[in-house]
Amino acid sequence: MDVAIPASSDFNWILPEIMLTAWALLFLLIGGLTRRASTSKACGIMCFIGTLITIFYTLRLWGANLDIFNGLYTIDDYGTFFKLIFLIVLALVTLVSLRYADREEIGSGEYYALLMFGVLGMMVMTSSHHFISIFIGLEVMSLSIYVLCGLLKGNIRSVEASLKYFLLGAFATAFLLYGMAMIYGSTGIIDVVELKKFILAKQPFSATMFVIGIGFLIVGFGFKIASVPFHMWTPDVYQGAPTSITAYMATGVKAAAFGALIRVFYTALIPFLPGWSEIVWFIAVITMCVGNITALAQRDIKRMLAYSSIAHAGYILIAFTTGDRELASSMLYYLMVYSFMNIGAFTVVIMLGRKGEDNSDLDSYAGLGARHPFIALCMSIFLLSLAGIPPLAGFIGKFYVLSAAVKAQYYWLAVIGVLNSVVAAFYYLRVMMYMYFKESAGDQGTIDKAPQYGLVMLVCVWALLHMGIFPKTFLLIAQKAISIFG
Amino acid sequence: MTVMSIPILSFLIYFPLLGAILLLFVNRKNSQFIKVFTLVFSLVELAVSIPLFFKFDETAKTMQFVEKAQWFPEWGISYFIGIDGISLLLVLLTTFLTVICVLCSWKAIEDRIKEYYITFLILETAMIGTLCALDLVLFYIFWELMLIPMYLLIGIWGGPRRIYAAIKFFLFTMAGSVLMFIAILALYFYYYKTTGVYTFNVLELYQASIPVVKQYWFFGAFALSFAIKVPMFPVHTWLPDAHTEAPTAGSVILAGVLLKMGTYGFLRFAVPLFPAAAFDAIPLMSILAVIGIIYGAIVSMMQPDLKRLIAFSSVSHLGYVMLGLFAFNIQGVQGGIYQMLNHGISTGGLFLIVGMIYERRHTRMIADFGGLAKVMPVFATFFMIITLSSIALPGTNGFVGEFLILLGAFKSNAVYGVLATTGVILGAVYMLWMFQRVMFGVITKEENRNLKDLGKREILILSSMVFFIILMGVYPKMFFKKMDVSVAEYLSFVKAKNAQYRTLPQGATEAAKVNDLSNTK
Repeated sequence: MDVAIPASSDFNWILPEIMLTAWALLFLLIGGLTRRASTSKACGIMCFIGTLITIFYTLRLWGANLDIFNGLYTIDDYGTFFKLIFLIVLALVTLVSLRYADREEIGSGEYYALLMFGVLGMMVMTSSHHFISIFIGLEVMSLSIYVLCGLLKGNIRSVEASLKYFLLGAFATAFLLYGMAMIYGSTGIIDVVELKKFILAKQPFSATMFVIGIGFLIVGFGFKIASVPFHMWTPDVYQGAPTSITAYMATGVKAAAFGALIRVFYTALIPFLPGWSEIVWFIAVITMCVGNITALAQRDIKRMLAYSSIAHAGYILIAFTTGDRELASSMLYYLMVYSFMNIGAFTVVIMLGRKGEDNSDLDSYAGLGARHPFIALCMSIFLLSLAGIPPLAGFIGKFYVLSAAVKAQYYWLAVIGVLNSVVAAFYYLRVMMYMYFKESAGDQGTIDKAPQYGLVMLVCVWALLHMGIFPKTFLLIAQKAISIFG
Repeated sequence: MTVMSIPILSFLIYFPLLGAILLLFVNRKNSQFIKVFTLVFSLVELAVSIPLFFKFDETAKTMQFVEKAQWFPEWGISYFIGIDGISLLLVLLTTFLTVICVLCSWKAIEDRIKEYYITFLILETAMIGTLCALDLVLFYIFWELMLIPMYLLIGIWGGPRRIYAAIKFFLFTMAGSVLMFIAILALYFYYYKTTGVYTFNVLELYQASIPVVKQYWFFGAFALSFAIKVPMFPVHTWLPDAHTEAPTAGSVILAGVLLKMGTYGFLRFAVPLFPAAAFDAIPLMSILAVIGIIYGAIVSMMQPDLKRLIAFSSVSHLGYVMLGLFAFNIQGVQGGIYQMLNHGISTGGLFLIVGMIYERRHTRMIADFGGLAKVMPVFATFFMIITLSSIALPGTNGFVGEFLILLGAFKSNAVYGVLATTGVILGAVYMLWMFQRVMFGVITKEENRNLKDLGKREILILSSMVFFIILMGVYPKMFFKKMDVSVAEYLSFVKAKNAQYRTLPQGATEAAKVNDLSNTK
């Protein structure tokens, strides 16, 4: 076909994306036309409802596998799976924001619009095997988040986070784009699936420029998933950004980056597995070690969770290293579980904060078990799941990821992984220790209680227990999603 | 419906959990109700477990009371539980000691009573689950689940250095178990590679034939995990801290049941799964066991703190168990299992004794006591009987176990037997010396003059312990006949399996070794 005219039916397939865009534009209008305080709550509720409707329409895409818009965009189970993760994250973050954004006075039409645009970018990023679409998705997502990070205008840390993320992010994006350009330059192909065909036909294929291009892709994606040594931004940005946005970044952005990473590498670059898996092996190991060991020294929970999120990227990379396409579903499952544990944990962090201050020091958690047993219990479940203790979902996730490594006979990688999880157990348990074993020092004041937080925590707790005890359905879904690479 | 078709083991596993969940909804101010409620639950649990003993078919070689259901068939994970003569007695020990622990916490725990009993019931669920699980994933889940309640028990209701002890306990045990976890996965994929079947079912995995070199790695990972739990020398250092800081009931359950999980793990998993490696490890394990026996005894002698003394005596006693298990003859293994039960009762009893004295004096230093026998005659009697059982005086349960272990050890290797026997002497030395310093002599401290003797509840607790000390001492047959067949079956299985590996051509193993190394990345 010479002329690229999309068939009108193609638009049916991107209904979720269209809906998100429409909602986001509506919020922008509302934000622009009215005074903020009065409409913030309404926007939040509409955003939540809009997300639920979008989830409904996304669910209907399950099972469809086709290329649309002349191969620029793809609908497949893999993309749909990730879309669902993003939308669930969006729904939970919106629920939390209903109260949190009000408290911090950042809630407005734009806030929710940016959240939705961010998710739009993530969805585009993970449902295309065309480098240009992937890049556009990544940029839409990143630009939204650069702004969201700096929303706490009066807070110098927030502004720092935004600027830091923007500068470093721009660099990483340049790397990514450069990598794509080099691959295009050496092969003349910009579509991942076509690229795979090309490479398989030309086996063995090893142009220097192409190999450098792969390296640049790893750098670019490595930045977004917060792997060492491209992680320097993570702690500062996670700590400085509004906590709801931190939760959003730690889960949504990470999942999106992994989604695109897995798609590119498991489709086009699988013939080069021996080459890049060695690099990724090394990155996985240092990511886990640096993340966990540095987290040991943190006394600020937000910062600790930032380092723990680096470490978790390392665990997921364990499975990524193996290149085992059957067990790649472990990464999808892990990302799903990880989203619930992290949003849950950050919700508790939000509840302990007050306007203008996070109160995320370890000492604020002292005696929480006695003062607020329910919140402490939920936090314990999130922490234990992060530590990978059965029967919670975090355990099944680790189990699955490690089984990928063992199956591919990466024994040392698996051993390093489990030893790291012991180190990690220490700092997760330390929070529990503060909650249950220490007496609270002085008056801790009231904590920010609201039914929305309770709902989010209950959803997360339920998800972790359900996915931990009856993982079967979720694992099969993840396996189906990954089967497109088969 | 016959008795066998009632899911009695599942009931035993989940009934305490149900109790814990119900307790969540009880008002915390209602502390008396919480205590009675937990006591009733643990008594029902005990009552349900007793028929197991009598309904157990002691002639059957297979697992009994088996329940099997698919959990995740695509991966070969099943809900598969069952017991044989070995785990039967440990399950009973668990349900019995839980009742004792609830009773002995009656007055000792005043803080956060509700959480305490919830934790305890969850711990019971995890312990029984670990003993019954015959699926490696299920086993691992319960095994890890045991950690959290115990961590909380030590960390919340423990002594002054509880946080250090709790974290040390957690990290030690977890470090061991995660390595076991890798070995489980490696075994699983190896079995799939050779047979084409995904399964975590232990009984099926027993049949796997694994190259000897691989076995070393697998056995090493399993053994490390279990050795930490036992604990064997030199990975025992967490135990004295954990014991010293834990509340009385925590110490009782830790000594009584949790340590047995290590030795049980050897019996059920490490040895039968990897027999060739286990047989090659006999010298190493036996030497470590003997070091543990002697070292534990010598260090005990020097302890100023009663609880620390008993903790180190545990290291010594568990050394006997390991020595017996690795003698690989019927006397040694049976003695080892019997000693596991004995240790639960005698050492558990000693911790109870220390707990009672601590409640009165708020000190555990031996130097703070002396001459108590005159003030507390009833207490002194019980203390004496339990001490003697710990020393293994003929007529008490300890004698039967230690005698058989030493018999087994002499039969397999006289050197270990001789060395281990010195531990018996040292054991008598430190226990009797401790007893003398605490109970006899003149009263040196004024505070000790007006100590109250035991109350009814305490007498009830200690009498039930003494009952088993005597019963197991004079009529061991009652217990041995339950495990005779299982132990004989276990021994003949591991020996046959080991012999089978020995007859493999040497070249095959070498080839496997080369193959194995080249595949490791």
